[in-house]
Amino acid sequence: MPVRQIDDRKLWQRYDTATRLRLWGGWIGTTLVVFVCWQVISGATRWEFVADAPQQLSQFIGRMFPPRWGYLNELWLPLWDTLNIATLGTLLGLGIAFPLSFLAAQNTTPHPLVRYVALLIIVVSRSVNSLIWALLLVAIIGPGVLAGIFAIGLRSIGFMGKLFYESIEETSREPVEAITATGASPLQVLSYSILPQVLPSFAGVSIFRWDINIREATVVGLVGAGGIGLNLNASVNALQWSQVGMIFIVIFVVVLFSEWVSARVRQAII
Amino acid sequence: MLRLQHVSKRYPTGNQALKEINLTVPEGQVVALIGPSGAGKSTLIRCVNRLVEPSEGQIWLRDTEITRLSTRGLRHIRRRIGMIFQEYALVERLSVMENVLSGRLGYVNFWQSWLRRYPQADVDNAFQLLERVGLLDFVDQRADALSGGQRQRVGIARALLQDPDLLLVDEPTASLDPKTSRQIMRLITELAQERGLAVVINIHDVPLAQMYAQRIVGLRAGSVVYDGPPEGLTTAQLTTIYGEEDWDRNRQADPADEDAVLAMVAQDAGQPRPAL
Repeated sequence: MPVRQIDDRKLWQRYDTATRLRLWGGWIGTTLVVFVCWQVISGATRWEFVADAPQQLSQFIGRMFPPRWGYLNELWLPLWDTLNIATLGTLLGLGIAFPLSFLAAQNTTPHPLVRYVALLIIVVSRSVNSLIWALLLVAIIGPGVLAGIFAIGLRSIGFMGKLFYESIEETSREPVEAITATGASPLQVLSYSILPQVLPSFAGVSIFRWDINIREATVVGLVGAGGIGLNLNASVNALQWSQVGMIFIVIFVVVLFSEWVSARVRQAII
Repeated sequence: MLRLQHVSKRYPTGNQALKEINLTVPEGQVVALIGPSGAGKSTLIRCVNRLVEPSEGQIWLRDTEITRLSTRGLRHIRRRIGMIFQEYALVERLSVMENVLSGRLGYVNFWQSWLRRYPQADVDNAFQLLERVGLLDFVDQRADALSGGQRQRVGIARALLQDPDLLLVDEPTASLDPKTSRQIMRLITELAQERGLAVVINIHDVPLAQMYAQRIVGLRAGSVVYDGPPEGLTTAQLTTIYGEEDWDRNRQADPADEDAVLAMVAQDAGQPRPAL
């Protein structure tokens, strides 16, 4: 009890003694765990390699500079592919996540069983990284842009689906009740009371995922799924560090661009 | 018009919200449902259009037994029952016109509503109603740009565009200031009279209920404990409905009468304040 009586006065403290002890125990325990982990990690580390790191890094960067500016001409097409992978992948994910989220949200699902299936799809999609999806898809449908689009799309379903259905579950109930009371059909209730409430957040999430997908699309090429990653992989394998430097610069500019676009779009929505 | 027979509602939590309610509301009558919070007022009016499923009993609207209808039949009958809410329950991001037209959703098919292609007759009626509630200049505004009183007017227009036989009104003034409350109550009762609608209003404000309703029904713990004219609501009756309280002190004067209010204030000021 946080309230104690001493003589005729009542003392109030946030926690009682037992809770305070438990909290302290928790802190001490956490500190010990961190300490032990540190010990294990440091035991498994070759410290001479770490000491060497700044030198290695400067050598590495030195090999990339100056970048081979002429290589840029060969990068336009892969760059275009990368943007397409990201954009079409996002659209694919959006197309599937949109209906899926209504099946997964507690307040709009037609049946609990349907809800569990929808949630399962979302979890599976989320638990596999784009790069792994790409690896699988390259094996299934062969290397190229298509595999990249599907990889990005499959990963996006889970991300968007989860955020979508959460925002559906957060909608206020009153408009739903009011529209239902007019004698509207279930589909009309969705389109008139739920959809207007979630549309801004759906748009924000989609553009945010597109922004993330631009970054992911630069990587899926490493396993053969098209885009600028293919060039990156080839250049690293050929030890063409000046080309790698050039690719990094291009990726950096593209990511900046996508950041800017998504910031502008989000501003426009809100 | 509206007939409730032995209506009971027990929630899954075991809470008995309504016990054996019998109530008949004739055409054109305005009934105010009063009672303490948790007495079952909201549950009662939601049972009528089955936003809440009654556990037992029958509810009739004219010759239709609402409680026996299938999903489709229920949607049909809901078109005949307009509903007005405490927090207005508008769709905030839609325009005033879209909100009002949503009263016609039961009459148009999905694509008409999705593409906002309502029959011209509906649009004509919507304009007429918006003029009647004084919001003609706000047609294209988004609902979240309006004040509380204006939003409730949109809610009223939406309910009336359904062309209902019965209006269910849930605490229409609980979020409004006293002046707006009166305006809204007057608007609802006037419009109901013009169209000969039966109205059931849940309301906390007893003087307001007495002012605008022709009949008062008092609920306590899910049972009707008073059913009669507004004048019949005595101190003893209020105690039955709400429990013990010094009812007469606030009822010395009719607050509508400004002189009386001033007199009351003067009288209050004249009395020595009790020491803290």
